[in-house]
Amino acid sequence: MSRDGARAPRGGAGFPQGGATYLGMPAFPQAADAATRDGRLRANLRHATHTIRAKRARAVAELDDWARLREAGAAIKDRTLRHLDHHLVRLEEAVTRAGGTVHWAADAAEANRIVTDLVRATGEHEVVKVKSMATQEIGLNEALAEAGIRAYETDLAELIVQLGDDLPSHILVPAIHRNRGEIRDIFRDRMASWGRPAPEGLTDRPAELAEAARQHLREKFLRAKVGVSGANFMVAETGTLVVVESEGNGRMCLTLPETLISVVGIEKTVPTWRDLEVFLQLLPRSSTAERMNPYTSMWTGTADGDGPRVFHLVLLDNGRTDTLADEVGRQALRCIRCSACLNVCPVYERAGGHAYGSPYPGPIGAILTPQLRGLSSPLEESLPYASSLCGACFEVCPVAIDIPEVLVHLRERVAEGGEVTVRGTRTVIRPAKGHATERAAMRAARWAFDHPGALRRGQRILARTRRLQPRRLPGPGRAWTDTRELPAVPAESFRDWWARTRGGTA
Amino acid sequence: MNSDGVNGGGTSRERVLGRVRRALADVPRDERPEDHPVTRDYLRVHGERTPAESLDLLAENLADYRAHVHRVDAPGLPALLARLLAERGARRVVVPAGLPRAWLQDAPVDMLSDTPALTPSELDRVDSVVTGCALAIAETGTLVLDAGPGQGRRALTLVPDHHLCVVRAADQVVDSVPQALERLAPAAARPLTWVSGPSATSDIELDRVEGVHGPRTLEVILVTGDPRSG
Amino acid sequence: MRVGLFVTCVNDSLYPRTGRAVVALLERLGVQVDFPMAQSCCGQPMFNTGYRHQTEPLVRRYAAAFRDHDHIVAPSGSCAAMVRDNYPRIGARAEAEGRGTELSEAAASVVPKTYELTEFLVDVLGVTDVGAYFPHTVTYHPTCHGLRVLGLGDRPRRLLERVEGLELRELEGAEECCGFGGTFAVKNPAVSSAMGSDKSRAIARTGAEAVCTVDNSCLMHIGGVLAREGSPVRPVHIAEILAGTKDPAR
Repeated sequence: MSRDGARAPRGGAGFPQGGATYLGMPAFPQAADAATRDGRLRANLRHATHTIRAKRARAVAELDDWARLREAGAAIKDRTLRHLDHHLVRLEEAVTRAGGTVHWAADAAEANRIVTDLVRATGEHEVVKVKSMATQEIGLNEALAEAGIRAYETDLAELIVQLGDDLPSHILVPAIHRNRGEIRDIFRDRMASWGRPAPEGLTDRPAELAEAARQHLREKFLRAKVGVSGANFMVAETGTLVVVESEGNGRMCLTLPETLISVVGIEKTVPTWRDLEVFLQLLPRSSTAERMNPYTSMWTGTADGDGPRVFHLVLLDNGRTDTLADEVGRQALRCIRCSACLNVCPVYERAGGHAYGSPYPGPIGAILTPQLRGLSSPLEESLPYASSLCGACFEVCPVAIDIPEVLVHLRERVAEGGEVTVRGTRTVIRPAKGHATERAAMRAARWAFDHPGALRRGQRILARTRRLQPRRLPGPGRAWTDTRELPAVPAESFRDWWARTRGGTA
Repeated sequence: MNSDGVNGGGTSRERVLGRVRRALADVPRDERPEDHPVTRDYLRVHGERTPAESLDLLAENLADYRAHVHRVDAPGLPALLARLLAERGARRVVVPAGLPRAWLQDAPVDMLSDTPALTPSELDRVDSVVTGCALAIAETGTLVLDAGPGQGRRALTLVPDHHLCVVRAADQVVDSVPQALERLAPAAARPLTWVSGPSATSDIELDRVEGVHGPRTLEVILVTGDPRSG
Repeated sequence: MRVGLFVTCVNDSLYPRTGRAVVALLERLGVQVDFPMAQSCCGQPMFNTGYRHQTEPLVRRYAAAFRDHDHIVAPSGSCAAMVRDNYPRIGARAEAEGRGTELSEAAASVVPKTYELTEFLVDVLGVTDVGAYFPHTVTYHPTCHGLRVLGLGDRPRRLLERVEGLELRELEGAEECCGFGGTFAVKNPAVSSAMGSDKSRAIARTGAEAVCTVDNSCLMHIGGVLAREGSPVRPVHIAEILAGTKDPAR
């Protein structure tokens, strides 16, 4: 499972600092509690998410056929997933025919082993990396470090995270929790220990920060012999891989090294070349709110005299087939990692990305992480509840993942238990620990609601004792009354009023 | 070389494919991969435009993402290129195979022909690169390079900080992403680079800043007439 | 036209004045209102917390209680959304579990005739001017399930705009969730409260005397935060505004 690859030291609740790890993170409510009290974090997140929100809305509004593109995107992904074995075999054939080598990894440990062995075989001790969710998920950098191989993150935000010994907190902008002043400080303090130091007198102007990153990374690009990437799409028909990016660091890593290793989740497959016409419209507008992102690279195996001479593709399962086995939950595999759901999520905005305890934060993380890892700890069990079910995520999702539906479905697995697939094996799990009181309360409530006579007696007791009721509740009720007043209990329920005035009977 | 693990009596390939098949037990046995419907009722083109309007839209969208756009007729191309290179103070200019030499006849620069021996570090010491393109997409302001003649390998348009790209207005401008992919299908096996404006990032506070690793200055020259017959 | 009032358990127990307002409003518009005593809760608290199976008896109960009605009107976007969006899902899951079509049929019998109050007024009765009088400044918070699941659109606003004496104030970030979310409010109290605080600050900035929604559950949370923060802004269900007249006796 993915946590095989998680990192060594342990971060603090909600906001890891230094030698960061997702391992042993507390359940969502505790981590989020710490984050909501961090004024600077909340200001950074609010500023960034509100900036992109309005831009996305404008970019999407430019296309009259957005709803139809969205439906087509969802349908193409569903078509692919329903016959994923067929498409993967075709993809493998096409990549192999084009001069690439395909590897299969059932889990994180295996993927890390494959990549480590491939790098070792080149004799190199460093790699340059394109930002990749899959390699974050499997903890590739740490696995390479153990083998004495240094992995340089080259995406600006990933660089900020790496230099700051931090964890990513957003899919598209891993350093979204940092503002320009903090980024300046990280560059000034840490760049020298990773290579070229930050320029003297560096200010917090974004253009200057970007220039500092350019200079710092350029020497690494120019000498790199091995590049590591993920991919946004893999076309089964042609064997073409697609990376969508903005800065050009992706092009550097995909083009200049002699060896390229791409680690890609199996769900990134699309059947045909033509299918890209849908996703290359949906993705940029949903993620960076642009008509088109600055750079998109497409490559098919290797090409003579252009780019890497050796290409390896590592197809990653790591919980994806377990997710696929769930008929309701499998729609999460449609995800194209645009992060639109994070940018509109009111919970993400307050809790921050680290509270989700995985590289996949926000609404999509709340349904992806518990499925990829299984409901294996209090953190994963808490994620399906990390939502008010407001539905803003579903509304903006370019592939129409009904995130609230999946959240509620996963809550059922937590609360009631049921059938799940773990590493390829169907098994029945028991309800999560700590839900016994809630379960009893829900049963009691259901019983009362199914016996309106009893309900009415309860309402009357509540009404008669209303002057005696405390304004602050003990136990679980404290979670309400710590910050909110309770509503006043009326003297008479609606039901009693109706019976009294309209002569109804109970 | 193949480092696939062998585990539990089968390769990882068989293990993953087996898991996929078991996960899809609910899919009817007789369903074929193409059976699940995909309704493609989205638009092939957004709006109706004459070729001249498409060219205007391309120019507008390129400029919106901070590319510098120039228009010229075919006979005026060499003079324009000479002026743009001079304005940048460009001395060393690299050109891919297949680029008409006449385009740079007026420019007093050291012209480097691309060879595979040209290393990334050497490219880093080049001031500018001049290329053509495979096509340009009006609706998104995108240039597509497909490694064809006059475009060169990918590193060429990546490492130098100044990229001048020539687009033939007559036959290289398409309206939309679907039209572009249709035209690119035969070239799908070649490395493709889609460029929409210069290098940019949104990584600092989700606000766009132009200029990181790729060329920080992108100049696009829209040429009317046939610049190949110059 | 036989109209059944689904008052909802929250309104029944805690906000009976909202139920009484719906009755007054509909009767003023010439609708004969019936209140089947067999009704109780739509099951949303159980369903949304993960107890789908506990919800099933309540689906049956709802369908049976309103079997003979042509229309079911609920003064709650969230409860109407539960019926329309989740009842078919509960039926489908039961079928997938090999338990027959009974729940699907129960769902199908009520989904098309279940309306949130403002939908019923605008779509079925075809009115936006309900002859109401409410001489106050009001800001409107569109609740999430009304907005995104039911697609109420501008129906509530159109009704409010025709209320005599009412001045509508724009709410900044109106479409952002208030942070209630049912059991979310107690399972994730820190985030829920942070959302509630931000919402209450936005409400205060409008300078309105009252904040109005189509859902008392959200108002219970918003009102609870407002009261704790000592704000004078009064939470009011839209039915109570629309029921208001110049006649104090009503």
